[in-house]
Amino acid sequence: MARWAIAIHGGAGVDPNLPEHRQEEAKRVLARCLQLGVDLLRAGTPALDVVEAVVRELESDPCFNSGRGSALSRSGSVEMEASIMDGRGRRCGAVSGVSTVKNPVSLARRVMEKSPHSYLAFDGAEEFAREQGLEVVDNSYFITEENVGMLKLAKEANSILFDYRIPLTGADTCSALAAASEKNHGAGNGMVMNGLPISIYAPETVGCAVVDSTGACAAATSTGGLMNKMNGRIGDSPLIGSGTYACKACAVSCTGEGEAIIRSTLARDVAAVMEYKGLPLQEAVDYCVNERLDEGFAGLIAVSGTGEVAYGFNCTGMFRGCATEDGFMEVGIWE
Amino acid sequence: MEASIMDGTTMGCGAVSGVSTVVNAISLARLVMDKTPHIYLAFQGAEAFARDQGVETVDPSHFITEENIDRLRQAKQANRVQIDYTQPMEGQPPKDDNSRTGTVGCVAVDASRNLASATSTGGMVNKMAGRIGDTPVIGAGTYANALCAVSATGKGEAIIRHTVARDVAALMEHQGLTLRDAAEHVVAGVPRGNFGLVAVSVSGEISMPHNTTGMFRACATEGGYSEVGIWPDDGGET
Repeated sequence: MARWAIAIHGGAGVDPNLPEHRQEEAKRVLARCLQLGVDLLRAGTPALDVVEAVVRELESDPCFNSGRGSALSRSGSVEMEASIMDGRGRRCGAVSGVSTVKNPVSLARRVMEKSPHSYLAFDGAEEFAREQGLEVVDNSYFITEENVGMLKLAKEANSILFDYRIPLTGADTCSALAAASEKNHGAGNGMVMNGLPISIYAPETVGCAVVDSTGACAAATSTGGLMNKMNGRIGDSPLIGSGTYACKACAVSCTGEGEAIIRSTLARDVAAVMEYKGLPLQEAVDYCVNERLDEGFAGLIAVSGTGEVAYGFNCTGMFRGCATEDGFMEVGIWE
Repeated sequence: MEASIMDGTTMGCGAVSGVSTVVNAISLARLVMDKTPHIYLAFQGAEAFARDQGVETVDPSHFITEENIDRLRQAKQANRVQIDYTQPMEGQPPKDDNSRTGTVGCVAVDASRNLASATSTGGMVNKMAGRIGDTPVIGAGTYANALCAVSATGKGEAIIRHTVARDVAALMEHQGLTLRDAAEHVVAGVPRGNFGLVAVSVSGEISMPHNTTGMFRACATEGGYSEVGIWPDDGGET
Protein backbone atom coordinates (compact mmCIF):
# COMPACT_ATOMS: atom_id res chain seq x y z
CA MET A 1 0.00 0.00 0.00
CA ALA A 2 1.58 3.26 -1.10
CA ARG A 3 1.92 6.28 1.12
CA TRP A 4 0.56 9.59 -0.02
CA ALA A 5 2.56 12.81 -0.13
CA ILE A 6 2.00 16.35 -1.36
CA ALA A 7 4.16 19.34 -2.18
CA ILE A 8 3.02 22.79 -3.24
CA HIS A 9 4.80 25.97 -4.22
CA GLY A 10 3.99 29.62 -4.67
CA GLY A 11 7.12 30.70 -6.52
CA ALA A 12 10.90 30.73 -6.31
CA GLY A 13 13.12 33.76 -5.81
CA VAL A 14 12.03 35.74 -2.79
CA ASP A 15 13.35 39.09 -1.60
CA PRO A 16 15.32 38.34 1.58
CA ASN A 17 13.93 41.58 2.93
CA LEU A 18 10.32 40.76 2.26
CA PRO A 19 8.37 42.30 5.13
CA GLU A 20 7.24 40.00 7.88
CA HIS A 21 3.55 40.50 7.29
CA ARG A 22 3.84 39.51 3.62
CA GLN A 23 5.76 36.40 4.63
CA GLU A 24 3.06 35.52 7.14
CA GLU A 25 0.30 36.09 4.61
CA ALA A 26 2.00 33.85 2.07
CA LYS A 27 2.56 31.12 4.64
CA ARG A 28 -1.09 31.31 5.68
CA VAL A 29 -2.27 30.80 2.12
CA LEU A 30 0.22 27.98 1.59
CA ALA A 31 -0.87 26.30 4.81
CA ARG A 32 -4.50 26.53 3.87
CA CYS A 33 -3.96 25.05 0.41
CA LEU A 34 -1.69 22.35 1.79
CA GLN A 35 -4.33 21.38 4.33
CA LEU A 36 -6.91 21.16 1.57
CA GLY A 37 -4.68 18.71 -0.25
CA VAL A 38 -3.95 16.71 2.88
CA ASP A 39 -7.65 16.39 3.72
CA LEU A 40 -8.41 15.18 0.20
CA LEU A 41 -5.58 12.66 0.30
CA ARG A 42 -6.67 11.33 3.68
CA ALA A 43 -10.10 10.77 2.14
CA GLY A 44 -8.54 8.68 -0.64
CA THR A 45 -8.92 11.23 -3.44
CA PRO A 46 -6.91 10.44 -6.59
CA ALA A 47 -3.74 12.44 -7.22
CA LEU A 48 -5.06 14.15 -10.34
CA ASP A 49 -8.12 15.48 -8.52
CA VAL A 50 -5.97 16.66 -5.64
CA VAL A 51 -3.53 18.66 -7.76
CA GLU A 52 -6.37 20.29 -9.62
CA ALA A 53 -8.22 21.22 -6.44
CA VAL A 54 -5.13 22.61 -4.72
CA VAL A 55 -4.02 24.65 -7.72
CA ARG A 56 -7.57 25.98 -8.11
CA GLU A 57 -7.35 27.19 -4.54
CA LEU A 58 -3.97 28.84 -5.21
CA GLU A 59 -5.34 30.43 -8.40
CA SER A 60 -8.31 31.89 -6.56
CA ASP A 61 -6.18 33.65 -3.98
CA PRO A 62 -4.70 36.93 -5.22
CA CYS A 63 -1.61 36.39 -3.07
CA PHE A 64 0.23 34.49 -5.78
CA ASN A 65 0.84 35.00 -9.48
CA SER A 66 -1.81 32.77 -10.98
CA GLY A 67 -5.49 33.20 -11.72
CA ARG A 68 -6.54 36.18 -9.69
CA GLY A 69 -3.46 38.22 -8.88
CA SER A 70 -1.65 37.24 -12.07
CA ALA A 71 1.18 39.38 -13.35
CA LEU A 72 0.17 41.74 -16.16
CA SER A 73 1.40 41.60 -19.72
CA ARG A 74 2.84 44.59 -21.50
CA SER A 75 -0.61 45.66 -22.64
CA GLY A 76 -1.96 45.59 -19.09
CA SER A 77 -4.10 42.51 -19.57
CA VAL A 78 -3.73 39.11 -17.95
CA GLU A 79 -2.72 36.10 -20.07
CA MET A 80 -2.62 32.95 -18.01
CA GLU A 81 -1.26 29.51 -18.67
CA ALA A 82 -1.31 26.17 -16.93
CA SER A 83 -0.57 22.51 -17.37
CA ILE A 84 -1.47 19.29 -15.64
CA MET A 85 -0.07 15.81 -15.99
CA ASP A 86 -1.31 12.45 -14.84
CA GLY A 87 1.55 10.10 -14.05
CA ARG A 88 -0.59 7.10 -15.01
CA GLY A 89 -0.08 6.88 -18.73
CA ARG A 90 1.53 10.31 -18.73
CA ARG A 91 -1.60 11.99 -20.03
CA CYS A 92 -1.28 15.73 -20.12
CA GLY A 93 -3.18 18.92 -20.78
CA ALA A 94 -2.08 22.52 -21.12
CA VAL A 95 -3.41 25.96 -21.98
CA SER A 96 -1.86 29.33 -22.75
CA GLY A 97 -3.19 32.79 -23.47
CA VAL A 98 -6.20 32.30 -21.24
CA SER A 99 -7.85 35.58 -20.36
CA THR A 100 -11.33 34.89 -19.05
CA VAL A 101 -11.33 31.40 -17.61
CA LYS A 102 -11.51 31.59 -13.84
CA ASN A 103 -9.38 28.50 -13.24
CA PRO A 104 -6.86 27.82 -15.99
CA VAL A 105 -5.73 24.55 -14.41
CA SER A 106 -9.24 23.15 -14.83
CA LEU A 107 -9.26 24.14 -18.46
CA ALA A 108 -5.94 22.36 -18.89
CA ARG A 109 -7.51 19.26 -17.41
CA ARG A 110 -10.46 19.48 -19.81
CA VAL A 111 -8.05 19.70 -22.73
CA MET A 112 -6.47 16.49 -21.50
CA GLU A 113 -9.73 14.68 -20.94
CA LYS A 114 -12.21 16.14 -23.38
CA SER A 115 -10.26 17.10 -26.48
CA PRO A 116 -8.19 15.08 -28.91
CA HIS A 117 -5.25 17.33 -28.16
CA SER A 118 -2.82 18.15 -25.35
CA TYR A 119 -2.41 21.88 -25.62
CA LEU A 120 -4.75 24.68 -26.62
CA ALA A 121 -4.01 28.38 -26.65
CA PHE A 122 -5.49 31.82 -27.00
CA ASP A 123 -8.77 32.09 -28.90
CA GLY A 124 -8.94 28.34 -29.40
CA ALA A 125 -8.56 27.74 -25.68
CA GLU A 126 -11.15 30.36 -24.81
CA GLU A 127 -13.60 28.88 -27.30
CA PHE A 128 -13.08 25.41 -25.89
CA ALA A 129 -13.67 26.72 -22.38
CA ARG A 130 -17.04 28.03 -23.39
CA GLU A 131 -17.92 24.79 -25.17
CA GLN A 132 -17.08 22.97 -21.97
CA GLY A 133 -19.14 25.33 -19.87
CA LEU A 134 -16.27 26.37 -17.60
CA GLU A 135 -16.70 29.45 -15.47
CA VAL A 136 -15.59 32.58 -17.29
CA VAL A 137 -15.24 36.10 -15.99
CA ASP A 138 -14.12 39.46 -17.29
CA ASN A 139 -10.35 39.85 -17.61
CA SER A 140 -10.51 42.59 -14.99
CA TYR A 141 -11.34 39.96 -12.34
CA PHE A 142 -7.75 38.78 -12.45
CA ILE A 143 -6.18 42.22 -12.26
CA THR A 144 -5.25 43.63 -8.87
CA GLU A 145 -4.39 47.23 -8.10
CA GLU A 146 -1.02 46.23 -6.81
CA ASN A 147 -0.17 44.61 -10.10
CA VAL A 148 -1.27 47.65 -12.05
CA GLY A 149 1.20 49.61 -9.95
CA MET A 150 3.91 47.05 -10.45
CA LEU A 151 3.45 47.07 -14.21
CA LYS A 152 4.05 50.78 -14.23
CA LEU A 153 7.26 50.33 -12.28
CA ALA A 154 8.40 47.54 -14.53
CA LYS A 155 7.84 49.65 -17.61
CA GLU A 156 9.81 52.46 -16.06
CA ALA A 157 12.57 50.06 -15.26
CA ASN A 158 12.13 48.86 -18.82
CA SER A 159 12.60 45.31 -17.87
CA ILE A 160 10.55 42.26 -17.16
CA LEU A 161 9.36 41.66 -13.68
CA PHE A 162 8.86 38.12 -12.61
CA ASP A 163 6.25 39.37 -10.30
CA TYR A 164 5.78 42.15 -7.92
CA ARG A 165 5.22 42.38 -4.25
CA ILE A 166 6.75 45.51 -3.04
CA PRO A 167 4.92 46.63 0.04
CA LEU A 168 5.96 50.23 -0.38
CA THR A 169 3.39 52.92 -0.81
CA GLY A 170 3.67 56.38 -2.28
CA ALA A 171 6.63 55.47 -4.43
CA ASP A 172 5.60 55.70 -8.02
CA THR A 173 8.91 55.56 -9.77
CA CYS A 174 11.25 52.65 -9.79
CA SER A 175 14.18 54.63 -8.50
CA ALA A 176 12.17 56.06 -5.62
CA LEU A 177 11.12 52.54 -4.82
CA ALA A 178 14.63 51.20 -4.92
CA ALA A 179 15.83 54.07 -2.77
CA ALA A 180 13.02 53.54 -0.31
CA SER A 181 13.80 49.89 -0.26
CA GLU A 182 17.42 50.61 0.47
CA LYS A 183 16.40 52.94 3.25
CA ASN A 184 13.98 50.50 4.81
CA HIS A 185 16.03 47.43 4.52
CA GLY A 186 19.58 48.57 4.73
CA ALA A 187 22.13 47.43 2.23
CA GLY A 188 20.51 46.02 -0.87
CA ASN A 189 21.04 42.45 -1.75
CA GLY A 190 22.99 42.23 -4.98
CA MET A 191 20.79 39.52 -6.44
CA VAL A 192 19.00 39.97 -9.71
CA MET A 193 16.37 37.72 -11.22
CA ASN A 194 15.29 38.16 -14.77
CA GLY A 195 16.66 41.64 -15.04
CA LEU A 196 15.33 43.03 -11.82
CA PRO A 197 16.89 43.50 -8.41
CA ILE A 198 15.50 41.01 -5.97
CA SER A 199 14.10 43.77 -3.83
CA ILE A 200 11.44 44.53 -6.41
CA TYR A 201 10.80 41.03 -7.55
CA ALA A 202 8.97 38.02 -6.16
CA PRO A 203 7.79 35.38 -8.59
CA GLU A 204 4.78 33.41 -7.64
CA THR A 205 3.86 30.80 -10.17
CA VAL A 206 1.98 28.15 -8.26
CA GLY A 207 2.17 24.41 -8.49
CA CYS A 208 1.38 21.14 -6.81
CA ALA A 209 2.81 17.63 -7.00
CA VAL A 210 1.05 14.70 -5.40
CA VAL A 211 1.31 10.95 -4.98
CA ASP A 212 -1.88 9.35 -3.70
CA SER A 213 -2.49 6.24 -1.65
CA THR A 214 -2.51 4.05 -4.76
CA GLY A 215 0.96 5.30 -5.71
CA ALA A 216 -0.30 7.38 -8.65
CA CYS A 217 1.54 10.67 -9.24
CA ALA A 218 0.24 13.91 -10.71
CA ALA A 219 1.46 17.48 -11.06
CA ALA A 220 0.03 20.83 -12.09
CA THR A 221 1.43 24.34 -12.56
CA SER A 222 -0.35 27.64 -13.18
CA THR A 223 0.78 31.21 -13.72
CA GLY A 224 0.12 34.65 -15.10
CA GLY A 225 3.70 34.73 -16.34
CA LEU A 226 6.18 37.58 -16.28
CA MET A 227 5.17 41.13 -15.39
CA ASN A 228 5.37 43.30 -18.51
CA LYS A 229 5.93 40.28 -20.73
CA MET A 230 5.35 40.65 -24.44
CA ASN A 231 1.81 39.70 -25.31
CA GLY A 232 1.80 36.15 -26.57
CA ARG A 233 4.84 35.16 -24.53
CA ILE A 234 4.65 31.58 -23.33
CA GLY A 235 6.81 30.47 -20.40
CA ASP A 236 7.65 27.14 -18.86
CA SER A 237 4.45 26.58 -16.89
CA PRO A 238 2.33 25.11 -19.70
CA LEU A 239 5.20 23.16 -21.27
CA ILE A 240 5.18 19.50 -20.40
CA GLY A 241 8.69 18.48 -19.45
CA SER A 242 9.71 21.97 -18.50
CA GLY A 243 7.35 23.36 -15.86
CA THR A 244 5.35 20.22 -15.20
CA TYR A 245 5.97 16.49 -15.42
CA ALA A 246 4.58 13.31 -13.92
CA CYS A 247 5.22 9.65 -14.51
CA LYS A 248 5.20 6.47 -12.45
CA ALA A 249 8.33 7.45 -10.60
CA CYS A 250 7.55 11.02 -9.61
CA ALA A 251 5.68 14.27 -10.14
CA VAL A 252 7.38 17.67 -10.47
CA SER A 253 6.37 21.32 -10.70
CA CYS A 254 8.88 24.11 -11.35
CA THR A 255 9.04 27.85 -10.81
CA GLY A 256 11.50 30.64 -11.52
CA GLU A 257 13.12 31.97 -14.66
CA GLY A 258 10.95 30.36 -17.31
CA GLU A 259 13.54 30.55 -20.01
CA ALA A 260 16.07 28.71 -17.83
CA ILE A 261 13.55 26.03 -16.93
CA ILE A 262 12.68 25.45 -20.58
CA ARG A 263 16.19 25.10 -21.84
CA SER A 264 17.00 22.63 -19.09
CA THR A 265 13.65 20.78 -19.47
CA LEU A 266 13.82 20.82 -15.70
CA ALA A 267 10.75 18.81 -14.68
CA ARG A 268 11.51 16.00 -17.10
CA ASP A 269 15.12 15.97 -16.04
CA VAL A 270 14.29 15.14 -12.45
CA ALA A 271 12.33 12.12 -13.65
CA ALA A 272 14.93 11.17 -16.26
CA VAL A 273 17.71 11.18 -13.73
CA MET A 274 15.66 8.94 -11.44
CA GLU A 275 14.73 6.66 -14.29
CA TYR A 276 18.01 6.48 -16.16
CA LYS A 277 20.54 6.96 -13.40
CA GLY A 278 18.55 5.35 -10.64
CA LEU A 279 18.90 8.32 -8.30
CA PRO A 280 16.44 8.63 -5.45
CA LEU A 281 14.14 11.64 -5.40
CA GLN A 282 16.08 14.15 -3.28
CA GLU A 283 19.34 13.41 -5.06
CA ALA A 284 17.64 13.79 -8.41
CA VAL A 285 16.19 17.13 -7.34
CA ASP A 286 19.55 18.35 -6.02
CA TYR A 287 21.36 17.22 -9.13
CA CYS A 288 18.98 19.03 -11.43
CA VAL A 289 18.90 22.23 -9.41
CA ASN A 290 22.68 22.34 -9.01
CA GLU A 291 23.85 21.03 -12.37
CA ARG A 292 21.15 21.90 -14.83
CA LEU A 293 20.34 25.52 -14.34
CA ASP A 294 23.64 27.21 -15.24
CA GLU A 295 23.08 30.89 -14.56
CA GLY A 296 19.33 30.58 -14.36
CA PHE A 297 17.41 30.86 -11.11
CA ALA A 298 14.67 28.39 -10.40
CA GLY A 299 13.16 26.00 -7.90
CA LEU A 300 10.99 22.94 -7.95
CA ILE A 301 8.89 20.66 -5.79
CA ALA A 302 8.58 16.95 -6.32
CA VAL A 303 7.08 13.79 -4.89
CA SER A 304 8.03 10.19 -5.64
CA GLY A 305 5.79 7.23 -6.30
CA THR A 306 6.94 5.79 -2.98
CA GLY A 307 5.65 8.68 -0.88
CA GLU A 308 8.66 10.97 -0.53
CA VAL A 309 8.66 14.74 -0.94
CA ALA A 310 11.55 16.92 -1.99
CA TYR A 311 12.22 20.45 -3.12
CA GLY A 312 15.19 22.49 -4.21
CA PHE A 313 16.01 25.98 -5.40
CA ASN A 314 19.13 27.91 -6.31
CA CYS A 315 17.83 31.35 -5.45
CA THR A 316 16.90 33.15 -2.28
CA GLY A 317 13.83 31.33 -1.11
CA MET A 318 10.84 29.53 -2.51
CA PHE A 319 7.30 29.70 -1.12
CA ARG A 320 6.46 26.07 -0.46
CA GLY A 321 4.64 23.50 1.61
CA CYS A 322 5.01 19.73 1.99
CA ALA A 323 3.18 16.99 3.82
CA THR A 324 3.48 13.21 4.02
CA GLU A 325 1.24 10.51 5.32
CA ASP A 326 3.32 9.91 8.41
CA GLY A 327 2.24 13.29 9.73
CA PHE A 328 5.09 15.49 8.51
CA MET A 329 3.83 18.90 7.48
CA GLU A 330 5.71 22.14 6.89
CA VAL A 331 5.38 25.45 5.15
CA GLY A 332 8.44 27.53 4.38
CA ILE A 333 10.11 30.26 2.41
CA TRP A 334 13.82 30.17 3.12
CA GLU A 335 16.47 27.47 3.14
CA MET B 1 1.88 27.27 -38.10
CA GLU B 2 4.41 26.62 -35.38
CA ALA B 3 8.12 26.02 -35.16
CA SER B 4 11.06 25.83 -32.79
CA ILE B 5 14.81 25.97 -32.99
CA MET B 6 17.54 25.14 -30.48
CA ASP B 7 21.25 25.80 -30.33
CA GLY B 8 23.03 22.91 -28.62
CA THR B 9 26.06 25.00 -27.76
CA THR B 10 24.37 27.86 -25.93
CA MET B 11 21.17 25.94 -25.18
CA GLY B 12 19.37 28.95 -26.56
CA CYS B 13 15.92 28.24 -27.92
CA GLY B 14 13.16 29.97 -29.81
CA ALA B 15 9.62 28.93 -30.65
CA VAL B 16 6.45 30.31 -32.20
CA SER B 17 2.86 29.08 -32.48
CA GLY B 18 -0.29 30.32 -34.10
CA VAL B 19 1.55 32.05 -36.90
CA SER B 20 -0.62 32.65 -39.93
CA THR B 21 1.05 35.21 -42.16
CA VAL B 22 4.77 34.74 -41.68
CA VAL B 23 6.40 33.07 -44.67
CA ASN B 24 9.07 31.33 -42.61
CA ALA B 25 7.91 30.42 -39.14
CA ILE B 26 11.30 28.91 -38.29
CA SER B 27 13.04 32.20 -38.91
CA LEU B 28 10.57 33.94 -36.66
CA ALA B 29 11.35 31.37 -33.97
CA ARG B 30 15.02 32.18 -34.37
CA LEU B 31 14.29 35.87 -33.99
CA VAL B 32 12.44 35.17 -30.76
CA MET B 33 15.57 33.43 -29.55
CA ASP B 34 17.97 36.13 -30.73
CA LYS B 35 15.99 39.31 -30.27
CA THR B 36 13.72 38.89 -27.26
CA PRO B 37 14.24 38.00 -23.61
CA HIS B 38 11.73 35.21 -24.17
CA ILE B 39 11.75 31.79 -25.75
CA TYR B 40 8.25 31.35 -27.07
CA LEU B 41 5.73 33.74 -28.61
CA ALA B 42 2.32 32.80 -29.95
CA PHE B 43 -0.66 33.97 -31.94
CA GLN B 44 -1.24 37.71 -32.06
CA GLY B 45 1.87 38.35 -30.01
CA ALA B 46 3.98 36.38 -32.47
CA GLU B 47 2.39 38.12 -35.45
CA ALA B 48 2.97 41.53 -33.87
CA PHE B 49 6.60 40.64 -33.22
CA ALA B 50 6.97 39.54 -36.84
CA ARG B 51 5.85 42.91 -38.01
CA ASP B 52 8.15 44.66 -35.54
CA GLN B 53 11.02 42.67 -36.97
CA GLY B 54 10.00 43.35 -40.54
CA VAL B 55 9.96 39.68 -41.57
CA GLU B 56 8.25 38.68 -44.75
CA THR B 57 4.51 38.22 -44.33
CA VAL B 58 1.81 37.26 -46.80
CA ASP B 59 -1.90 36.68 -46.82
CA PRO B 60 -2.83 33.47 -44.95
CA SER B 61 -4.21 32.09 -48.20
CA HIS B 62 -0.59 31.80 -49.45
CA PHE B 63 -0.17 28.72 -47.27
CA ILE B 64 -3.37 26.97 -48.26
CA THR B 65 -3.27 24.36 -51.02
CA GLU B 66 -6.12 22.68 -52.90
CA GLU B 67 -4.94 19.34 -51.64
CA ASN B 68 -5.23 20.42 -48.06
CA ILE B 69 -8.68 21.90 -48.55
CA ASP B 70 -9.66 18.48 -49.78
CA ARG B 71 -8.01 16.75 -46.84
CA LEU B 72 -9.87 18.99 -44.44
CA ARG B 73 -13.16 18.22 -46.09
CA GLN B 74 -12.47 14.50 -45.88
CA ALA B 75 -11.41 14.73 -42.27
CA LYS B 76 -14.52 16.67 -41.33
CA GLN B 77 -16.70 14.16 -43.14
CA ALA B 78 -15.06 11.33 -41.29
CA ASN B 79 -15.33 13.43 -38.14
CA ARG B 80 -11.77 12.86 -37.25
CA VAL B 81 -8.57 14.75 -36.76
CA GLN B 82 -5.94 13.33 -39.02
CA ILE B 83 -3.36 11.50 -36.99
CA ASP B 84 -5.84 11.17 -34.27
CA TYR B 85 -6.23 8.47 -31.81
CA THR B 86 -9.14 9.32 -29.60
CA GLN B 87 -12.06 10.25 -31.83
CA PRO B 88 -14.50 7.52 -32.79
CA MET B 89 -14.15 6.96 -36.51
CA GLU B 90 -17.05 6.75 -38.88
CA GLY B 91 -16.51 4.32 -41.70
CA GLN B 92 -13.36 2.39 -42.23
CA PRO B 93 -10.22 4.33 -41.40
CA PRO B 94 -7.09 3.45 -43.36
CA LYS B 95 -5.26 0.57 -41.73
CA ASP B 96 -2.23 2.54 -40.76
CA ASP B 97 -3.63 6.00 -40.44
CA ASN B 98 -0.36 7.67 -39.74
CA SER B 99 0.47 8.97 -43.15
CA ARG B 100 0.24 12.52 -44.38
CA THR B 101 2.03 14.20 -41.56
CA GLY B 102 3.91 17.14 -42.90
CA THR B 103 6.06 18.32 -40.02
CA VAL B 104 9.54 19.10 -41.28
CA GLY B 105 12.76 19.25 -39.37
CA CYS B 106 16.50 19.37 -39.58
CA VAL B 107 19.35 18.50 -37.27
CA ALA B 108 23.00 19.21 -37.87
CA VAL B 109 26.47 19.11 -36.36
CA ASP B 110 29.06 21.41 -37.87
CA ALA B 111 32.80 21.14 -38.23
CA SER B 112 33.31 22.74 -34.81
CA ARG B 113 31.07 20.14 -33.20
CA ASN B 114 28.19 22.55 -32.59
CA LEU B 115 24.77 20.95 -32.72
CA ALA B 116 21.43 22.46 -33.63
CA SER B 117 17.88 21.36 -34.32
CA ALA B 118 14.83 22.97 -35.92
CA THR B 119 11.27 21.78 -36.54
CA SER B 120 8.31 23.39 -38.28
CA THR B 121 4.72 22.42 -39.02
CA GLY B 122 1.19 23.40 -39.85
CA GLY B 123 -0.05 20.86 -37.34
CA MET B 124 -2.81 18.33 -37.91
CA VAL B 125 -5.55 18.47 -40.50
CA ASN B 126 -8.81 19.56 -38.85
CA LYS B 127 -7.11 20.37 -35.57
CA MET B 128 -9.04 22.51 -33.12
CA ALA B 129 -8.28 26.20 -33.42
CA GLY B 130 -5.51 27.06 -31.02
CA ARG B 131 -4.18 23.54 -30.84
CA ILE B 132 -0.47 23.45 -30.16
CA GLY B 133 1.46 20.28 -30.92
CA ASP B 134 4.89 19.00 -30.13
CA THR B 135 6.72 21.01 -32.74
CA PRO B 136 7.19 24.24 -30.77
CA VAL B 137 7.64 22.48 -27.43
CA ILE B 138 11.32 22.33 -26.54
CA GLY B 139 12.11 18.84 -25.33
CA ALA B 140 9.25 17.29 -27.26
CA GLY B 141 9.66 18.04 -30.97
CA THR B 142 13.03 19.75 -30.81
CA TYR B 143 16.10 19.50 -28.63
CA ALA B 144 19.83 20.03 -28.89
CA ASN B 145 22.68 20.02 -26.40
CA ALA B 146 26.37 19.22 -26.46
CA LEU B 147 25.73 15.55 -27.20
CA CYS B 148 23.08 15.45 -29.89
CA ALA B 149 20.37 17.26 -31.82
CA VAL B 150 16.92 15.76 -32.34
CA SER B 151 13.80 16.66 -34.32
CA ALA B 152 10.65 14.56 -34.02
CA THR B 153 7.53 14.11 -36.14
CA GLY B 154 4.29 12.19 -35.79
CA LYS B 155 1.47 12.25 -33.26
CA GLY B 156 2.08 15.47 -31.42
CA GLU B 157 0.29 14.43 -28.27
CA ALA B 158 2.47 11.29 -28.01
CA ILE B 159 5.65 13.22 -28.67
CA ILE B 160 4.79 15.69 -25.91
CA ARG B 161 3.99 13.12 -23.27
CA HIS B 162 7.12 11.12 -24.07
CA THR B 163 9.34 14.23 -24.24
CA VAL B 164 10.86 12.49 -27.25
CA ALA B 165 13.66 14.83 -28.28
CA ARG B 166 14.85 15.34 -24.73
CA ASP B 167 14.71 11.65 -23.94
CA VAL B 168 17.11 10.70 -26.70
CA ALA B 169 19.63 13.11 -25.20
CA ALA B 170 18.84 12.00 -21.66
CA LEU B 171 19.54 8.35 -22.47
CA MET B 172 22.87 9.25 -24.02
CA GLU B 173 23.77 11.42 -21.07
CA HIS B 174 22.56 9.35 -18.14
CA GLN B 175 22.96 5.84 -19.47
CA GLY B 176 25.79 6.36 -21.90
CA LEU B 177 23.82 4.93 -24.81
CA THR B 178 24.98 5.61 -28.34
CA LEU B 179 22.88 7.90 -30.46
CA ARG B 180 21.38 5.03 -32.39
CA ASP B 181 20.54 2.99 -29.31
CA ALA B 182 19.04 5.99 -27.54
CA ALA B 183 16.95 7.01 -30.56
CA GLU B 184 15.74 3.50 -31.26
CA HIS B 185 14.92 2.95 -27.61
CA VAL B 186 12.72 6.04 -27.52
CA VAL B 187 10.91 5.09 -30.72
CA ALA B 188 10.48 1.47 -29.69
CA GLY B 189 9.01 2.49 -26.37
CA VAL B 190 5.64 3.49 -27.85
CA PRO B 191 2.93 1.65 -29.80
CA ARG B 192 3.29 1.53 -33.58
CA GLY B 193 2.20 4.47 -35.59
CA ASN B 194 3.21 7.17 -33.19
CA PHE B 195 6.31 8.99 -34.28
CA GLY B 196 9.74 9.09 -35.81
CA LEU B 197 12.75 11.32 -35.43
CA VAL B 198 16.00 12.38 -36.98
CA ALA B 199 19.05 12.85 -34.84
CA VAL B 200 22.77 13.54 -35.11
CA SER B 201 25.43 13.24 -32.46
CA VAL B 202 28.44 15.40 -31.72
CA SER B 203 30.66 12.75 -33.26
CA GLY B 204 28.76 12.84 -36.53
CA GLU B 205 26.54 9.77 -36.22
CA ILE B 206 23.04 9.85 -37.65
CA SER B 207 19.91 8.01 -36.62
CA MET B 208 16.46 8.21 -38.20
CA PRO B 209 14.20 5.65 -36.54
CA HIS B 210 10.43 5.64 -36.89
CA ASN B 211 7.62 3.32 -35.94
CA THR B 212 5.24 4.67 -38.53
CA THR B 213 4.51 3.25 -41.98
CA GLY B 214 7.12 5.56 -43.38
CA MET B 215 8.96 8.75 -42.68
CA PHE B 216 10.17 11.16 -45.35
CA ARG B 217 13.84 11.65 -44.56
CA ALA B 218 17.31 12.33 -45.84
CA CYS B 219 20.81 12.61 -44.42
CA ALA B 220 24.39 13.27 -45.43
CA THR B 221 27.77 13.08 -43.75
CA GLU B 222 31.09 14.69 -44.43
CA GLY B 223 32.42 11.27 -45.26
CA GLY B 224 30.30 11.30 -48.41
CA TYR B 225 27.42 9.11 -47.27
CA SER B 226 23.96 10.29 -48.21
CA GLU B 227 20.51 8.81 -48.21
CA VAL B 228 16.96 9.79 -49.05
CA GLY B 229 14.13 7.56 -47.98
CA ILE B 230 10.50 7.06 -47.13
CA TRP B 231 9.96 3.47 -46.08
CA PRO B 232 11.59 1.56 -43.23
CA ASP B 233 14.00 -0.31 -45.45
CA ASP B 234 15.00 2.57 -47.71
CA GLY B 235 18.61 3.59 -47.73
CA GLY B 236 21.55 1.84 -46.11
CA GLU B 237 22.98 1.84 -42.65
CA THR B 238 25.14 4.73 -41.52
